Amino acid sequence: MLKLEARQQPSRIWVYGSPLLALLITVLVGVLLFVALGKDPLRGLEMFFWQPIRSSYALGELMVKATPLLIIALGLSVCFRSNVMNIGAEGQYVIGAIFASGVALLADKSTGGWIVVPILLAGIAGGMAWAALTALLRDLFNANEILVSLMLVYVALQVLSYLVGGPWMDPQGFNFPQTKLFEAATHIPRLLQGSRMTIGVLIAALGSAALWVFLFRTRAGFALQVGGIAPAAARYAGFSSRRALWTALMISGGAAGLAGALEVAGPIGQLSSFLPAGYGFAAIIVVYVGRLHPIGMVFSAILMSMFYIGGEMAQSRLGLTKSLTGVFQGLLLFSLLACDTLVNYSVKFRRNT
Amino acid sequence: MTLPRLQLTGITKAYPGVVANSDVSLTVMPGETHAVLGENGAGKSTLMKIIYGSIKPDAGEMRLNGQPIVIHNPKEARANGISMVFQHFNLFDTMTVAENVWLGLARESLEQVTASIIAKANEYGLDIDPARPVHTLSVGEMQRVEIIRALLTRPELLILDEPTSVLTPQAVEKLFVVLKKLASEGCSILYISHKLHEIRELCTACTVLRGGKVTGVCNPQEESNASLSRLMIGAEPPQLEHRPRKPGERRMQVSNLSLEREDQFGVDLEGISLDVRAGEVVGIAGVSGNGQKELLYALSGEDCRAPVGSIRMGDKDVSKLHPGARRSLGLHFVPEERLGRGAVPTLSLAHNLLLTRTGAIKHPGFAGGWIQVNKLEDHAAEIIKAFNVKAGGPQALAKSLSGGNLQKFIVGREIDAHPTLFIVSQPTWGVDVGAAAQIRGEILALRDAGCAVLVVSEELEELFEVSDRLHVIARGKLSPSVPIAQATVEKIGEWMSGLWSVEEGPDAGAATRAAAQHGGHHHA
Repeated sequence: MLKLEARQQPSRIWVYGSPLLALLITVLVGVLLFVALGKDPLRGLEMFFWQPIRSSYALGELMVKATPLLIIALGLSVCFRSNVMNIGAEGQYVIGAIFASGVALLADKSTGGWIVVPILLAGIAGGMAWAALTALLRDLFNANEILVSLMLVYVALQVLSYLVGGPWMDPQGFNFPQTKLFEAATHIPRLLQGSRMTIGVLIAALGSAALWVFLFRTRAGFALQVGGIAPAAARYAGFSSRRALWTALMISGGAAGLAGALEVAGPIGQLSSFLPAGYGFAAIIVVYVGRLHPIGMVFSAILMSMFYIGGEMAQSRLGLTKSLTGVFQGLLLFSLLACDTLVNYSVKFRRNT
Repeated sequence: MTLPRLQLTGITKAYPGVVANSDVSLTVMPGETHAVLGENGAGKSTLMKIIYGSIKPDAGEMRLNGQPIVIHNPKEARANGISMVFQHFNLFDTMTVAENVWLGLARESLEQVTASIIAKANEYGLDIDPARPVHTLSVGEMQRVEIIRALLTRPELLILDEPTSVLTPQAVEKLFVVLKKLASEGCSILYISHKLHEIRELCTACTVLRGGKVTGVCNPQEESNASLSRLMIGAEPPQLEHRPRKPGERRMQVSNLSLEREDQFGVDLEGISLDVRAGEVVGIAGVSGNGQKELLYALSGEDCRAPVGSIRMGDKDVSKLHPGARRSLGLHFVPEERLGRGAVPTLSLAHNLLLTRTGAIKHPGFAGGWIQVNKLEDHAAEIIKAFNVKAGGPQALAKSLSGGNLQKFIVGREIDAHPTLFIVSQPTWGVDVGAAAQIRGEILALRDAGCAVLVVSEELEELFEVSDRLHVIARGKLSPSVPIAQATVEKIGEWMSGLWSVEEGPDAGAATRAAAQHGGHHHA
């Protein structure tokens, strides 16, 4: 008989081993899934785990999708560490993209490359403004931030479809719900020729380092986290819970808005109703698979990006549905939560008495 | 020869990393009141839970009235005549006394249960109104409900886990009358405590546990405090020296502080006035839940709703200041809850310093300041050494320390800051005897160094040991202070139920009348 026994202290090995075991379980279930769908499981796995890394172009595409995931996740991890459950990053991402587009649409043929800076700042401001609604309602009325931030996602989507289907619609766009293509000057500078990677990759890497410093080397970061894990201790120490709420939501809203700006003025180049790709929700999985750690999230963002690309590959090459992306993401989170039991418990085999 | 009511042989129970009970044997005769004595963590509670069937031992045999028996759960225990009154009550606040008792006895009707509660209550002089909702009861009355509930199962063996820790001295006496009557009727009682004088008054046999092992079986009435202490902790606690000292200037002044409760089960503070001077220890006695928590929240700044002018430190009005601001004025505070308030369980000792200390912080203007990790760890190591904390080092997680060692660390962290005003709540609650003596010694050393000290405690003995003056808090009101030389256990005990005569103050008469009315409920 299997028996779980509480460990004296969390196992260091399983803190790192659990995500790997979860990935293995995800792969195994994936194999069964491909077999059940009547596809060659090896071909299926190839789509998810080999195609995304087989060439430098593919690696570039991997980074293009990993960048917004990582930037949003970095911000969300601050929220989750301070126990502010912002799950509306998708909405903050969309509003950030809208604000950035508003600036980008002002550009004309004569505008210089400097316009990129206000575009990014507008994105950050948009994300912050949307997150501020959640912070304000929680602060004033103690409204549940999970519900408020989630509901605001749908409001943001409506705002988006109103704009791209109305005032901002491209007159020459055959009635497609999208704006005109942005001027070349507004494009986020690319890193390499022949790849769609932009300086967003650098911003994400710097963000990861900055988050590490903030969390582990500044008193403000410390205070925020104490508020999350021991509210009574934070109150005793005199750390303001209101300040923690606002700081966490401003950081995560700003990060999501920045990701929106980088996306809309980067790989996409116009605002359209196809902008929301679920990055804001997938980033929640990135945060937890990456253990809320600035470095761990780099790896989990890349992994989640592989699932995105793998899903598209499986659709175009194997004729499977793109929803497989979501299935794999869910499987990974689900098995991670199960495997995490091993961090605090050890499994003992015992004969039933 | 009479068979023993309960006989345990070779009971062993191990948890990963700790042996809670090792080869424990215990014999209780019918009608005997048997003490189980030991420090916190000595294995008393585990042993009782084994008897009561809520924990399964790894090895050992249990006999009830001579018959070997295996008890799988508390229900079987009750069916076999074993009842237990826990230290923490299992009552639903929103239901009445009768409904709470009824929960365990679903076969009878509520009317039958009410009738049997009244019958039992009369038989043992346990006055209680079955129709009252539990949240209106005092702690002593709640315990009475628990005892009646236990007695309704007609136990042959009654287990009481630290029953007096929540009671006033007078309520303790009433409880003892009940227990003595029960014993005279042949019921065996297992009485868990670490209070030597109670055990001596009540018990004729005693099993002493230390570190999960039996270190002695004796008749406590034939033993001295010193010999029992030796069995319990392996040494005699050091004696404290309380030198007379003239208090200096006023460091904290609370004047007529009234504050409505923050949560619905809290207590309203009413007209509290209090002075603490340099070089004196002021003690506040009282049964828990009488406003101590609320008062301390207001004094520390964790609750800064206190009206302007009601709390002063020196000349400065601090009523509206946050804990950090009061700390920078020299107020350091050790709260009652160690894990989760005084320390963050999942953080290292070094990081826990950051809650109240800023010695390792550079450039405070930037994001609250830069944490110098090496300096922080060195500082934590110094405190660990200076206050004799047993820990794996500055990196050890707060939750990995025993209660006593964590308390030494927290007290050390605050004393090391050289406070001018030191407030400590339940300084030795759940702390072993050795650590308790050390902490009381530190409090007195701080006083002798000229610090103003306020100690809030439920342990009267402790307050008598360290205080220069004593207040009593009852139902959100604070008694006038009495110099320790004029304080007696009887007087303080009476005051603990709100019965003090107030010579000064405009609303003195009203306060006394109100207290007397409430006192009727509390002690009837």
